[in-house]
Amino acid sequence: MSIVIEAANLVFQPYVLLVIFGAAAFGMFVGAIPGLTATMATALLVPVTFFMDPVPAIATIVTATAMAIFAGDIPGTLLRMPGTPASAAYVQDAYAMTQQGRPEAALGASLVFSSIGGIFGTLVLITASPVLAEIALKFSSFEYFWLVVLGLSCAVFISPGSPARGLIALFIGLFAATVGLDNPAAVPRYTFGSVEMMGGVQFIPAMIGLFAVSEVIRAFIKRASDVRPPSTSGKSIFRQQATNLVTYPVQALRGSVLGTAIGALPGAGADIAAWISYAISKKFSKTPEKFGKGHVEGLVEAGASNNGAMSGAWIPALVFGIPGDSITAIVIGVLYIKGINPGPMVFITQPEMIYAVFIVFLLANVIMLPLGWIAIKGARHVLSIPQKVLMPVILMFCMVGSFAINNSVFGIGLMLFFGVIGFLMEENDIPIAPAILGLVLGPMLEQNFVTSMIKSDGSFLAFFERPIAAGLGLFSIAIWTIPLVLWLLHRRSARQSLS
Amino acid sequence: MHFIKTIVAVGGLMAMTGAAWAQEYPERPIQMIVPWGAGGGTDAVGRLLGAEIQKELGVPVNVVNRTGGSGVVGHSAIANADPDGYTIGIMTIEVDMMHWQGLTDLTYEDFDVLAIVNSDPGGVMVSADAGYDSVEALLEKIKSEPAGTFKASGTGQGGIWHVGLAGWLLSEGLAPDHVTFVPSQGAAPGLTDMVAGGVDIVPSSLAEGRSMIDAKRVVPLATMSPDRQDAFPDVPTLAETTGSDWNVAVWRSVAAPAGLPEDVKVKLMDAIETAYHSDAYQDFMKDRGFGLRWAKGDDATAIVAADDAVFGEVMTKAGLAAQ
Repeated sequence: MSIVIEAANLVFQPYVLLVIFGAAAFGMFVGAIPGLTATMATALLVPVTFFMDPVPAIATIVTATAMAIFAGDIPGTLLRMPGTPASAAYVQDAYAMTQQGRPEAALGASLVFSSIGGIFGTLVLITASPVLAEIALKFSSFEYFWLVVLGLSCAVFISPGSPARGLIALFIGLFAATVGLDNPAAVPRYTFGSVEMMGGVQFIPAMIGLFAVSEVIRAFIKRASDVRPPSTSGKSIFRQQATNLVTYPVQALRGSVLGTAIGALPGAGADIAAWISYAISKKFSKTPEKFGKGHVEGLVEAGASNNGAMSGAWIPALVFGIPGDSITAIVIGVLYIKGINPGPMVFITQPEMIYAVFIVFLLANVIMLPLGWIAIKGARHVLSIPQKVLMPVILMFCMVGSFAINNSVFGIGLMLFFGVIGFLMEENDIPIAPAILGLVLGPMLEQNFVTSMIKSDGSFLAFFERPIAAGLGLFSIAIWTIPLVLWLLHRRSARQSLS
Repeated sequence: MHFIKTIVAVGGLMAMTGAAWAQEYPERPIQMIVPWGAGGGTDAVGRLLGAEIQKELGVPVNVVNRTGGSGVVGHSAIANADPDGYTIGIMTIEVDMMHWQGLTDLTYEDFDVLAIVNSDPGGVMVSADAGYDSVEALLEKIKSEPAGTFKASGTGQGGIWHVGLAGWLLSEGLAPDHVTFVPSQGAAPGLTDMVAGGVDIVPSSLAEGRSMIDAKRVVPLATMSPDRQDAFPDVPTLAETTGSDWNVAVWRSVAAPAGLPEDVKVKLMDAIETAYHSDAYQDFMKDRGFGLRWAKGDDATAIVAADDAVFGEVMTKAGLAAQ
């Protein structure tokens, strides 16, 4: 107990609290600007942390990151410009709620359930890190391959229309993911001799194009009227969420658990977690037909899962120094500089430091609520801007964001190209979300498949030789075959009853 | 359209006045291109060095990441910039490999190498579960088993540790592909995969395996350097153990597009030298476990050129070079 008090003493200093508050405001600001990412916010803070003591340095980065990730949901909800691949999982529902005049309800849900997922993940991190990290260490490319297959299977479940259209979208995404040099064989594909194309399809410009630019194009073509449904913010933001929590307790818990578990795997992370959670939410929902049309249920589960995964990513990072994503990679670097070497020993040699970091995690997830509330109240006014003014401004932000990701005009071209593709897809009732999924998971699928095949000297059976891989593999195959078998049986019995 | 025209006009005007008022270098911000992602080791070195150079030259040094294409995109961006001293970049060892692979025509000769600021030798690491206590025992086992039994990982196909492994095997009289190389997204995923039982050897720098070595999950068997490393005094060199003379090390350098004016070059090199010797940089490198190495101008170019020749030879023998 004395360690916890010692740790609290390190955190509850006026200077540290001030730093946390400042970092939170900074993260909120960067995250809310469409196209600027949480990773960018973190990288910008690194030189600043060189001049700080260990605890405020870590607090700065952790708080800014948590805040930037939530703030990324603001342009996602209001303007259909998701901030991260993970938040793209539920952007359709959130944006639909905005169009129905309920932006505060959508943002409130992602705020509160992000916080719940984050706190849940942190509690798991505090209590079960060493055990979970051991399990995460058992994951090799064979296991990750099946996990990615499960993630891709979600494309069929999440598409609002027919599964066939979902698959078309998925393959568009998978195809785009094959471009470039960053594949296991390091062979340039579809680059047409261009150095920029060797870098492949950058994810952020493509995502901004598919979601936001296509919406801008539609606004110009359809000449959408400025009449919007009145904002029905009868209840306060937090009271609405209390209702949601009472209605969807299972969803919130399931999202938090699954998010933390998948997040703890360094080769998977929040991207897969949020999509799988959204798919599970729809699969087990009493009203799956409402998904994608402004239903809060998927938002609750995927939002909790997203932030649960963010916390889960710290498990391998702190226990073994293994980064799960670019943000934990940055923080591991900062930890080393501050003399806190991640690894099992740090829990023994510097327990007060680790507990101080845990307290900071909890604080970051709590401070998110009031600051998020302010941001939501402020951001809402964006919607009162007339469309003919708003749309060009959105387009400008899209360009800034696409340029900033790699400081290259190529990003803007990519964004415009995918804007047209996204527009054409939606005009033909092909959903966009599965394409994003393909773009995110395509490289992981290829990497894990090819490296597994090299390791096994070309034997497919190796995908079932390790216990966890076999379990995940059989589960994936069952997901695909059981509905098919049931459908065939059903048809057969229907035919028999006819004759 | 008027808006865009105005911007272009104003921009053009500014460029002209800039030329007309040419003062002593540097008179405006310097851009530093990092060909690798934000948050990685190269990014951290670039940002820290940039901050110190900024103090020295008195103008902002803006670090921009140009990633993708295994470094080809960023290195091309550095080489293709105007050689006026306002675009510099962190050039990494990949510049000595990617042209052999046939990915680009770009070589170190397209750059003015200003300084080498870091170097980390390769190593031989195995999983603690594998039970090897020396590199001789490992080599014995590799030799006794048929080719392809052992698997190694730690970089992409044709990446530095792939070449490092092939060079080591050649120096031991084995075929360069006697140990199958499994491409990975970097040393960290390679190490994780090794501990998970996916591969047997990771030939990356020992610094990259530090946390797993501390956690007693990974055993460092040897370093591919002429002398033992300060951070790992108990790890023997290859020469001490198997008698192999193979050495390989990654380095990071500061480079500019070729054709820099001589005065600008001298000024930049001096600023980098001061930045290198600053406490901030020295402490940072030691804390991160990165190796310190200093060479500037022609000395640095000679190191880059020597590696280029060695890698060309090994990559050709290993079948990694384009035909």
